[in-house]
Amino acid sequence: MTGTPVAVSVKAVDKVFRTRKGGEVHALSDVSLDVAPGEFVSLIGPSGCGKSTLMRLIADLDGVSGGEIEVFGKSPEQARKDQDYGIAFQQAGLLPWRTVRANIELPLEIHGVDARGRKERSDELLALIGLEDFADHHPDQLSGGMKQRVAIARAMAERPRLLLMDEPFGALDEMTREHMQNELVALCEETGAAVVFVTHSIPEAVFLSDRVVVMSPRPGRITGIVDLSFAARDEDLREDAAFYEGVTAVRTMLHGAEAGAGPRGVENR
Amino acid sequence: MRGDRIRGVLWGLAGVLAAMALWEGYKALAPADGIVIGELTVLPRTTDIAMPHIWDMVARLFDPVTRAAGADVLWWAVLQAAAFSLGIAALGWLIGVVSGMVLALLMQRWLTAESAVLPWVVLSQTVPLIAIAPLVKRWGTAIHIGSFEWENWMSVAVIASYLAFFPVAVSALRGLKSPHAADVDLFRAYAAGWWTGIVRLRLPSAVPYLLPALRLAAANAVVGTIVAEVSIGLGGGVGRMIIEFAATASGDPAKTWAPIFGAMLIGLVSAGLVSLIGLGLGRFRRGEAPA
Repeated sequence: MTGTPVAVSVKAVDKVFRTRKGGEVHALSDVSLDVAPGEFVSLIGPSGCGKSTLMRLIADLDGVSGGEIEVFGKSPEQARKDQDYGIAFQQAGLLPWRTVRANIELPLEIHGVDARGRKERSDELLALIGLEDFADHHPDQLSGGMKQRVAIARAMAERPRLLLMDEPFGALDEMTREHMQNELVALCEETGAAVVFVTHSIPEAVFLSDRVVVMSPRPGRITGIVDLSFAARDEDLREDAAFYEGVTAVRTMLHGAEAGAGPRGVENR
Repeated sequence: MRGDRIRGVLWGLAGVLAAMALWEGYKALAPADGIVIGELTVLPRTTDIAMPHIWDMVARLFDPVTRAAGADVLWWAVLQAAAFSLGIAALGWLIGVVSGMVLALLMQRWLTAESAVLPWVVLSQTVPLIAIAPLVKRWGTAIHIGSFEWENWMSVAVIASYLAFFPVAVSALRGLKSPHAADVDLFRAYAAGWWTGIVRLRLPSAVPYLLPALRLAAANAVVGTIVAEVSIGLGGGVGRMIIEFAATASGDPAKTWAPIFGAMLIGLVSAGLVSLIGLGLGRFRRGEAPA
């Protein structure tokens, strides 16, 4: 990496959690990964492989035990303070007392954007996620997919160059999920943001990603990376032979990592 | 919605009527000496001195307080006393709510504060009111700041707040800690400061916990005021009136009940006023947390 701009650079990172009883859990061991600007990278692996932990380290929600992470050439802490990334979790995590619009505007409000600026941006985002008619609804009036769309809009509110997503579609049914995946592809093409996307689902990872990072547990580490270069990501891709090849490649890598024990906590659907 | 309202009012009325029927029914049916098992009286005497007729109690309200010339009519005297006590209770409630909130915020902010303060908060409520009332009075009278003089009604308000702060402190702490870990992470990701987190996340989340606590605090403040009026010896309120009128109970039994009605009135009014606070906060009660 000589002067090449990198969105996220993870170098030889270790993460050890200390349990209350004084034990140690090795969540990540010697993990290295670079994410280029505008690149969509998925982290996939069975439960306990540290994929969510890795995302939390990049977001500076936890600190590394060893190694180094840089986000746009800065420390994760600085990147967090500079609001260089947007984030979305498995549970949409909308504030129930705020309307859809007010939820989308939350980060803008916290960072002191004036009312007009907030309104302009939330109008744009509401149009982007197709929920203009629901601006004044409260989250309890929305379906699961709508809530997740709002959460993604909120993550994009400040036009971050990096999106961190921890199984954002994990709680959705399969139909809604595919629909949301299509929307996410469109959103990413529009914004050009880099994405680090944590998922349990192989087809989801293959459909969305430029690269799929396969991880394995005890200790959490990267076992391999599958490069995918599809011409276009649309509904046709789901039926395409290249798509199935990608799915097979990722699945083989996952099974190899588990040494025939069969991947646990991974959806093969 | 409207039907529910009306039904609620009807049920409330039915409850009051049932209580009155129970009173008069028992008075009519039970023996005058009450129900006695062995030497224990397990149910009260039903004489006119122990249990005056409801209509006697109501009628008494419209007679003068004493036979002295120019005495106020009883209901007016009770109403004035109730208003006096309600004022003190309201002040005590306010002090209690503010100090309970401050304590909860401190305990939320610093874990050490929680482990240092919370046991004392709980312990404070085990001290009988009768024991602290003279202390508060003595400490109060020791305060001299310029021309400021500590007065007895201030002691009563302090004691009322002493009972009122407890439910607020405990529930507010629970409420402030109620946001999900993911929400707390989200605010951290926004690099939001502690106060921003309090205002935009923790206080709104605490509202469903706080509203019942505020009602409890109001009830506690009323009880505290009335009991403290008695122990401090503060005249003018319902507490002192209960004691004064009790002295005349054998000659004028119905009169004893007038200040008790006054105390009930204070309780109803304060509960009503507090529930008004909840009206403006409906949006914070969406997806109500289990209280």
